[in-house]
Amino acid sequence: MNGVGFAKGMWVTLRHFLETYVDDVRYGFRKYAPDLNNFEVRQGVEAQGAFTVQYPDEKLAMPERFRFVPFLVVENYDHEDRPGKDWCTSCGICSKVCPPQCIWIVRSNDPETGRPVPEPEAFFIDIDICMNCGFCAEFCPFDAIKMDHDYELASYDRTTNHIFDKDKLSKEFRYWNTIAPTRAVEEAEARGGWEHKDAQKEARRGGSSRDNKATEAREEKREAVRARKEAAAAPETPAPVAEAPKPAAAAQDDEEEKRKRREAALRRKAARAAKRDEESDS
Amino acid sequence: MVDMTIPEEQIGIGTIEDAIGKLKQRFPADVSDDDRQGYSGVIISADKLQEAARYIKNELGFDFLSSATAVDYLGEGVHSEDHLEMVYHAYRTTGGSALVFKAQTDRSSATLPSLTPIWMGADFQEREAYDLMGIKFEGHPNLQRILLWEGFNGHPLRKDWKEAYYEEDHKPFGSRWPAGHIHRAEEKNVFGKNVSYPADVDLSRLNDISETNMYQAFGMGVDTEHVVDHNGVRTDQLIVNMGPHHPSTHGVFRMIMELDGETVTALEPVMGYLHRNHEKIGERNTFLHNIPFTDRLDYISSMGNNHGYVLAVEQLLSLGAKYTPPTYRTEVLRVLMVELTRIVNHLWGIGFWLNDLGAFFTPVLYFIQERERILDFFEAVAGSRMMCNYMRFGGVFADLPERLHSVSNLMNDRVRDTNTMKFLTEMINERIPRSIDEVDEYLTQNEIIQARAKGVGYISREDAINYSAAGPVLRGSGVAYDIRKSDPYSIYPELDFDVAVQDEGDMYARYKVRLQEMRESVRILKQLLPRLEYTQGEPVNENNAAYSSKVPIGEAYGRVENGKGELGYYVVSAGDKRAAANPWRYHVRAPSFINLTPLGLMSTGAKVADVVAILGSIDIVLGETDR
Amino acid sequence: MELNLQELNKTEYPIPVELQNNIAITSLTSVYNWGRRNSMWPMLFGLACCAIEMIATASSRFDFSRFGMEVMRATPRQSDLMIVSGTVTKKMIVPIVRLYNQMPEPKYVLAMGACASGGGPFKEGYNVVSGIDKYLPVDVYVPGCPPTPQALMYGLIALQKKIDGQSLQVADDVPWYGVGPSEPTPVPILGPDIIDPRQMDMIRRQAEAAARAQTEEPVYQLNAARDLPAFGAEQAAAVATKPKAAAAIDESVEIKSFSQVGMSADAIEALRVKRRENAIQRKAARKAKEG
Repeated sequence: MNGVGFAKGMWVTLRHFLETYVDDVRYGFRKYAPDLNNFEVRQGVEAQGAFTVQYPDEKLAMPERFRFVPFLVVENYDHEDRPGKDWCTSCGICSKVCPPQCIWIVRSNDPETGRPVPEPEAFFIDIDICMNCGFCAEFCPFDAIKMDHDYELASYDRTTNHIFDKDKLSKEFRYWNTIAPTRAVEEAEARGGWEHKDAQKEARRGGSSRDNKATEAREEKREAVRARKEAAAAPETPAPVAEAPKPAAAAQDDEEEKRKRREAALRRKAARAAKRDEESDS
Repeated sequence: MVDMTIPEEQIGIGTIEDAIGKLKQRFPADVSDDDRQGYSGVIISADKLQEAARYIKNELGFDFLSSATAVDYLGEGVHSEDHLEMVYHAYRTTGGSALVFKAQTDRSSATLPSLTPIWMGADFQEREAYDLMGIKFEGHPNLQRILLWEGFNGHPLRKDWKEAYYEEDHKPFGSRWPAGHIHRAEEKNVFGKNVSYPADVDLSRLNDISETNMYQAFGMGVDTEHVVDHNGVRTDQLIVNMGPHHPSTHGVFRMIMELDGETVTALEPVMGYLHRNHEKIGERNTFLHNIPFTDRLDYISSMGNNHGYVLAVEQLLSLGAKYTPPTYRTEVLRVLMVELTRIVNHLWGIGFWLNDLGAFFTPVLYFIQERERILDFFEAVAGSRMMCNYMRFGGVFADLPERLHSVSNLMNDRVRDTNTMKFLTEMINERIPRSIDEVDEYLTQNEIIQARAKGVGYISREDAINYSAAGPVLRGSGVAYDIRKSDPYSIYPELDFDVAVQDEGDMYARYKVRLQEMRESVRILKQLLPRLEYTQGEPVNENNAAYSSKVPIGEAYGRVENGKGELGYYVVSAGDKRAAANPWRYHVRAPSFINLTPLGLMSTGAKVADVVAILGSIDIVLGETDR
Repeated sequence: MELNLQELNKTEYPIPVELQNNIAITSLTSVYNWGRRNSMWPMLFGLACCAIEMIATASSRFDFSRFGMEVMRATPRQSDLMIVSGTVTKKMIVPIVRLYNQMPEPKYVLAMGACASGGGPFKEGYNVVSGIDKYLPVDVYVPGCPPTPQALMYGLIALQKKIDGQSLQVADDVPWYGVGPSEPTPVPILGPDIIDPRQMDMIRRQAEAAARAQTEEPVYQLNAARDLPAFGAEQAAAVATKPKAAAAIDESVEIKSFSQVGMSADAIEALRVKRRENAIQRKAARKAKEG
């Protein structure tokens, strides 16, 4: 009991106290001024003293691998061929690999043939169950679901807005490219190009999506089923005149449809942006 | 420091095979080999269990009962008959692997002799088995529910027990895809809550919400008639509850203390306030699903939790055909993460122990500085500060990124960008050692801490072993038992470090063990830096594609030396004839839980204020205690 | 967080030009709210993993004392804000409700993380309460597992905004103002499962029905969920045809409690009638008692 240890401890405390002022002196008592650009130094490995993040005024940006609630990648809204198209093919791997089972997917079926179509009709994530583990993003074979970096999700009511539906989950591919540039490049290399796997496959087959054989076959099947249904529904009426498929007209329709899709996507985007503004205003 | 290389003749009591041979020789009629596929150890008949256990402990030298847990074998599987089984893992504190012995009982009577007379460490674990599996242990001094409350309907870990939100036996659930029309689970329950009641629920019996019964079961009671006379000061006995809401119980933990004046005469921990049904959920999960759940056990050191679990499952996977064992770089990365975690854990543990001693928050704030930087590293590498979810079977999630950089996304985001190896070098060579030295300078010689901590919370070497204490509690009592040395795993055999041991057995000794362990961790980390350099480019995640790996049948017990002590995972895979996607049994041998067994022993005779600090010196995390 | 003088000048009272920026006319509400929101004292109370992030938020790096919240009180009687940080278990909900009842008005609850909001990854567990809002009124939900300290701070700022928006004039905003002590939340009971006293009637009826083996009312046995019909094809179709997954997110449908969503319309109506009857009975009983 000679007080030496006690004094030593007090010295450590004093040193810490003094250290908090080192930065202040170094930056002329305005260390948080944004023009100094010293955030990295203050938070870095060589920093000493106070290292407070002045949260709403300066935020720690998130590293690329950071995981928060997942989001769905959709094609850029100004994309040439597939604006706003889901990257998700509703294969269901994410919902199977999800540990708390918070992902719900409704696979869409072709209304005519009843066969599955590779895009989700509905997609839900209950963020009150999600454990942010990142398995969905890790095991998705199409890079279609990714972990978001936006953690500012606090809300006043969970019943209405804590089940994220497809609309709320969808974000442009561009967004993923901004928040994780390095990983996006790595993934693109693994995929063999910037485009979605399926789009590449179609491109390799040559021509636009409508020209390839698979789609044709699907079309044919659809026609057949439609004809059968119509025949069943109205056996009395004479069979309609068989429409000869006109490639030129089809292509035109295609263009038309694309344009429509793009417009719709842009409209959706604008509506979402407006809604967001509204929310942030309120 | 004790040299931990074990001389051959000391192990000379024999290998596990020798021990089993001797055991069978001694009890020829009652001990038989467990010859089920993928299983090991022996099965001992119930009526000779105590005798055989005494022989195992005293004659064969397996003095440390690591884990005791129950398994419910019901329905189809590898086992012909339905039964309940207790599985015990006993070790020698001199080192070596486990002697596994089991005892079986049928599901309806479910009675086994208690092993508490031989190992007090079986106390809480048997209570847990009683609570969750409904096995009655004859001769147990205090057989009560431990995680749930008295009166709870049923024993939830039994395979035929279903909870209110039960959906299917195994994940993935069929309702999620392809017709995944969402609903919340409570929508399907008429009460709108996660509850179910037996049909014959008797509400009139619920009026008594006093806990007198509980106190009586613990042998406690307010005694105002027998006033004790202490040198002229007349005191009577009181019961004081501390927790579950109490600033110094490290979460939602409760202690019932019987006080004579200010001296504790008896103490019983009450837990389960954070019982999150880890094991029940774990048995529904696939093997992979469980990795992020292990993060949430000891949430201060999630990397260590991941490690233990993947080690256990890898034991099973290596029996199968399609499995690539982890590469050298994977092991290096794992050890890197685990040792950083150990430092985080001890900084946090010491900091909060000082909170309990009354140095409110100042030391914690100093220690958190380094912790935050390590967490930044975890965030950049694994994706989350605390719930790292970093390890995979036969690999890790991803290699270290070349640069630790962040990307601006939200308004006012400020980015950072450093080279990963530069960051690690700076942290390991400069910052962390400096910080540990500062802890040392700040606290070790402090007279107040010495006065408060020396001689308080004492547990003797024999008791520490007998109560199955692990980690710093065990090593603070002079037992040089560190799994990294005694039963090595990963690349620890080739790393140069010492086991931190102190002989005093009090709070101060445990503090010094933690301090020393951090220094040893830094020593290990320094050896890892060159290994990280020259293994650059090796693959780290070979089994990535296997999102639903089938695990060969069998049992495995994987254990690691976590910051808090021995963390073990007992995993049984017994789905169909060859492999299963879901564990049949998933049990966590939680150091925080079992280290609480001697809390009553340590605290008896101490003052109330010291009890808080003794709990702090055990360093528990409730997520792991209650699971 | 300073009092914004510009804000205070925006009143409906005309201020002469020469006096602008020299005097501030403000309503009592804004001063009152300014004082309240900048001295929220949280309760020193942690449940699980999220509590560690809460401590990180409280400590030097994120430092929520910048918002006037550094005074964490261990006793509920001195705290304004309960940060429910972690999984709420059935065993723990009893003390939590007691703690909440002991907090003085005005009091706020912040559900931190997935578990406190809705059960989180442990929701399916038998000992887990699926969201603290099943028992207590929650003001702000912060999603995440766990929310990073910055996410928590965003939630705390959201709470401050909420307080700012409350007006002394509107009785709904300030139920505590001038009405005396508030009604305590009934403390749940640990029976064969956790029992919410507010549901006692329902449980009793179920038990009686089971005892008499009646079939008029649906009898939910030990495991109610399994015996209920699965989310039927009809409902599924309804969800599919509605735009934007209206099942959960349609705001036009008035949902009193979420438990009703999966039930049939008849069952909901029956419940409503029952509730109304109960209310009338209670009222009559009270009158009789008073009279």
